[in-house]
Amino acid sequence: MKRPRVVPLLLSLASLGAGLAVLAVFFSVLGYDPVLALGAMVRGAFGSWYAFASGTLVRAIPLMLIALGFTVGLRAGVLNIGGEGQFYAGAVAAAWIGLKLGAWPGFAATTAVLAVAVVAGACWVAVPAWLRLRFGVLEVISTLLLNFVAEALVSYMVQGPLQESQHIYPQSDQLPLAARMPVFPGTRLHLGILLALSCSMIAWYVFRRTMTGFELRAVGRGPRAARVTGGLRVQRLGAMALLVSGALAGLAGGTEVSGVSYALYPNLSPGYGFTAIAVALLARQSPMGIVLSAILFGALEAGAGAMQRDAGVPAVAVYVAEAVTIIAVLLADALSSRRRDMVTA
Amino acid sequence: MMLDAGVVDGFLSASVRVATPLLLAALGEMLAERGGVINLGVEGAMLCGALAAALGAASGGAWTGLAASGVAGLALATIFALAAIGARADQIISGTATTLLAVGLTGAVYQAVFGSAGAGLSLPTLVPVPIPGLADVPVIGPSFFNQPVTTYLALVAVPLCWWFLFRTRTGLALRAVGESPEHARAAGVAARWLQFAATVTGGAFAGLAGGTLVLAQVGTFAERMTAGRGFIAIAIVVLGRWHPVGVLGAALLFGAATALQFVFQAMGLAVPYQLFLMLPYVLTLLLLAGLVGGVKAPAALGRAAE
Repeated sequence: MKRPRVVPLLLSLASLGAGLAVLAVFFSVLGYDPVLALGAMVRGAFGSWYAFASGTLVRAIPLMLIALGFTVGLRAGVLNIGGEGQFYAGAVAAAWIGLKLGAWPGFAATTAVLAVAVVAGACWVAVPAWLRLRFGVLEVISTLLLNFVAEALVSYMVQGPLQESQHIYPQSDQLPLAARMPVFPGTRLHLGILLALSCSMIAWYVFRRTMTGFELRAVGRGPRAARVTGGLRVQRLGAMALLVSGALAGLAGGTEVSGVSYALYPNLSPGYGFTAIAVALLARQSPMGIVLSAILFGALEAGAGAMQRDAGVPAVAVYVAEAVTIIAVLLADALSSRRRDMVTA
Repeated sequence: MMLDAGVVDGFLSASVRVATPLLLAALGEMLAERGGVINLGVEGAMLCGALAAALGAASGGAWTGLAASGVAGLALATIFALAAIGARADQIISGTATTLLAVGLTGAVYQAVFGSAGAGLSLPTLVPVPIPGLADVPVIGPSFFNQPVTTYLALVAVPLCWWFLFRTRTGLALRAVGESPEHARAAGVAARWLQFAATVTGGAFAGLAGGTLVLAQVGTFAERMTAGRGFIAIAIVVLGRWHPVGVLGAALLFGAATALQFVFQAMGLAVPYQLFLMLPYVLTLLLLAGLVGGVKAPAALGRAAE
């Protein structure tokens, strides 16, 4: 039975509303003025074209890419919780290669930086993919564990091989101009946005129009049924999906270094890898939905910074809104699927 | 290079000290997983336990803090259980969301109560209590029997969990639910109630683990201070093959891997400290690949019971 497409959209919006409502209540309990706090948040995210482009959209880029990756995995029945680690793997590789390419022409250098980031992200997740294929190690655990390894790796890099030339600060040197992505005039919005949108479109096409998309859907709908017909194919598809997933997260790390920070820092990601899971869930596996939902969560992240700055409210509190949104989506889906089961039974 | 007795003692006590919260959290997670529920919210429950311990200890002393930490962990696990067991939502994602919730809650509450700079708290802590007689045994005496009370709590919980899982009817029923909720239910077991109880109890364990971290190790609270220990606990459960004694061994192994850095420092070896940050995680991956191949998880792990 085909459900009208408006219903999931309304459910998603209601879930986000629930998240914000709980956040407002939480603020009141802590003694902050929720109107003031949420007002500062909205202004910070949507207050001007500059705020929207340089705050919201810039943060939406990595969220979009990592969420697309998470969704590719989800469609194949694998859960990649390691987006954060793969993002950092991509960032390390991008900074490392970017620092060496000052003499290259701009386009070539940027392309090389991003390509290396993609490969690094895929390599980082290749370990969990292989462990899953060969030893049946749960990818949930292995991808998660590698997040911590990646964070330690970044910490080592910025105090070791990639430390800036003065050897004072825990960060790398600034990338040469050639390795930086161009930004839209008057904003900090970089070309990564076009990249992220293209990836969404490609994902939409692959999911909808290709054999791989069909197989993914079959596996995602019912792994057991698909295994009966496909045997090893399911396992292989899962491993492939993990690699693509890691590649996209690595690309996010690359665009962040090449388009935003221009250097490697230890806290480059404010938890993009986990926020992206919320983005993907809110979008209910739809690539076009991910575009919208990434912008919404980008607004949440950008607004949180403004909230801390302008209203003195802890920015970390937005995680409450994100978490409640995820739980609300899960509950709505669980309840509606149970109702469907009852109808068909 | 010679290792003197002081270094060995220091290494062993550090291992046990680091292992204590991991052991508590892992035992709790083991109970839930034996019932077929994988709870990634254990990291969040630890974090809530840590903050509750700090708040409780600041107002009513270390014991109040410890009690508060257990209650806080239980409360957070209840949220997870309502979603994952009550509404049969995906366990992995519910758990991730619960941890995210805890990061936001604890961070904001901490900043609201103690100020955004997070002024250094000095809290009443749990001091080591030597056990008469045993504490003087060479080598293992000071490391195992001259520890804060939470370490003894964790060590006593190991045989208790074993007895519960393998010698009581409820434990048997819980394991049956973890293998096949449908069959357990057909045999008259209240499958989802048992899962709920095991998960929530596990949350209390995780909360106590967070409390241990604050009251017996660090002496203060910091945002995200659990730093992935809850996730390590999940790996320890797998590594310990879902058995209390195995979990004890795996937790000690992790403690030892972390404590190695003190030895290396004492020996004056110039090894980047980040290597030690990575070591436990890499070790787990290696062990999972090597050891877990032939071990069976509870068959219904991660699948919602009907």
